[in-house]
Amino acid sequence: MSAVVNEFFENLGGRATGAIHRLGFASRFLLLTLRNSGMCLRRFSLVTREIYFTGALSLIIILVSGLFVGMVLGLQGYDTLERYGSSSALGVLVALSLVRELGPVVAGLLFASRAGSAITAEIGLMKATEQLAAMEMMAVDPIGRVIAPRFWAGVISMPLLAAMFSAMGVFGGYLVGVRLIGVDEGSFWSQMQAAVDFREDILNGVIKSLVFGIAVSWIAVFEGYDAPPTAEGVSGATTRTVVTSSLSILALDFMLTAFMFRGA
Amino acid sequence: MPTIPATDNLVEVENVNFAYDSRQILKGVNLNIRRGQVVAIMGLSGCGKTTLLRLIGGALRPNQGEVRVGGKAVSRLNHEELFALRRRMGMLFQFGALFTDMSCYDNVAFQMREHTDLPEEVIDDLVLMKLQAVGLRGAARLMPSELSGGMARRVALARTTALDPMLIMYDEPFAGLDPVSMGVIGQLIRRLNDSLGATSIIVTHDVAEALELVDYVYFMSDGVIVTQGNPEELRASDKPFVHQFVHGETDGPMPFHYPAEDYARDLQAAQG
Repeated sequence: MSAVVNEFFENLGGRATGAIHRLGFASRFLLLTLRNSGMCLRRFSLVTREIYFTGALSLIIILVSGLFVGMVLGLQGYDTLERYGSSSALGVLVALSLVRELGPVVAGLLFASRAGSAITAEIGLMKATEQLAAMEMMAVDPIGRVIAPRFWAGVISMPLLAAMFSAMGVFGGYLVGVRLIGVDEGSFWSQMQAAVDFREDILNGVIKSLVFGIAVSWIAVFEGYDAPPTAEGVSGATTRTVVTSSLSILALDFMLTAFMFRGA
Repeated sequence: MPTIPATDNLVEVENVNFAYDSRQILKGVNLNIRRGQVVAIMGLSGCGKTTLLRLIGGALRPNQGEVRVGGKAVSRLNHEELFALRRRMGMLFQFGALFTDMSCYDNVAFQMREHTDLPEEVIDDLVLMKLQAVGLRGAARLMPSELSGGMARRVALARTTALDPMLIMYDEPFAGLDPVSMGVIGQLIRRLNDSLGATSIIVTHDVAEALELVDYVYFMSDGVIVTQGNPEELRASDKPFVHQFVHGETDGPMPFHYPAEDYARDLQAAQG
């Protein structure tokens, strides 16, 4: 019995130290990426190319999802507000839900599954097919040339995608609330304009999406670079990117919300 | 055993030991590679050939001993010095390792764009010349996924020689190729080495193809150099190890069977 208990605690301890070791390695990797970012920031075309792949190619899923989330908010919000006779505040409800929470969080989750997984798979496959080793043998640093542009592209793309998600969501809420249900258009927009604060709501939302962008991009490039150079290794790393990124986004969202909106 | 005079060596490997964790890969390897020569390092899979190549390229550091390229101890170079040395080296990886998100043209132009300030018109001419040398100028705009294995290896060869390196290393350049492509790659290795005035190291287990084109051969087994000589000497060698390897015999000093328990005892144990 005691042997089983010992083994259990040994495994638990092993896993815990393994996780801490990996976190330390990932942190050093992030520092190395930041330190070697000079080249891609000087040759910004490297980053723009990656922004196209991570950001522009994620646009469709972000815009369509934003529209539907906004339309659902319009329906649910109207249903609830109508009970209290305040359906004219529908615009406020839709806009605040989107810019404070749903925009950054849902766009972040979609970004992790669409772009994060693609970044991990690409870097993992480049490693498995010795492309990164070849680059290093050509005296070109793969961290600066491959990793850093993808990292910065993710960091830049994420707030833009979240903003577009929110804008599309507000439009979806307008379509359902005003056009379909018949909420007064004037009060929909004017109440939204009066209640949404630029610094408190919009800027905090942008900060959230920026933090999510850093987290997802960091996890995606690290998992790709650290992936064992086999088919199973790359597929495992891709899965880990989506799972870890999603959980990180939700945990970070809770912490950021606690700091940002506790007095509101 | 014939030895190469120590003068004018581009690469010198002196008493090198290397282990991955507790697994000893190289055990006191000594070899010299003279400038201008094409030298093969042969041996069975897993004998430490590729590890030796990585040590020469500075991708790994020896646990003991020294690797010198052009008189410089590779393991003592700092990052900048190592990268400066690598700009004068080229390495052809086993399956080419072409950048899959770039066309053949951009693959060959990669180092020129990264390491030189040459204008695009000059790079354009140089890339086309490099691709012409490997017979693939017409494939310049194709992506790596559109190439056959032999073509990909030739484009990788053009990329390897893009900056006219002094040392070219080939990791299994013949692996997985049809006989025609193997012949083409073999001829290209020799021709490019001689026309660039470079020195080449080929790591391979393809005896017939390698003996046709190299000047000198080192045989490795289990982490040590077991014999060396020029191709004629090795063909005529009556050493059991060399004879088995050169003639592709299934059994000899290198056993067919992986070490195991007694066969009969294993079968009895399986029956219970």
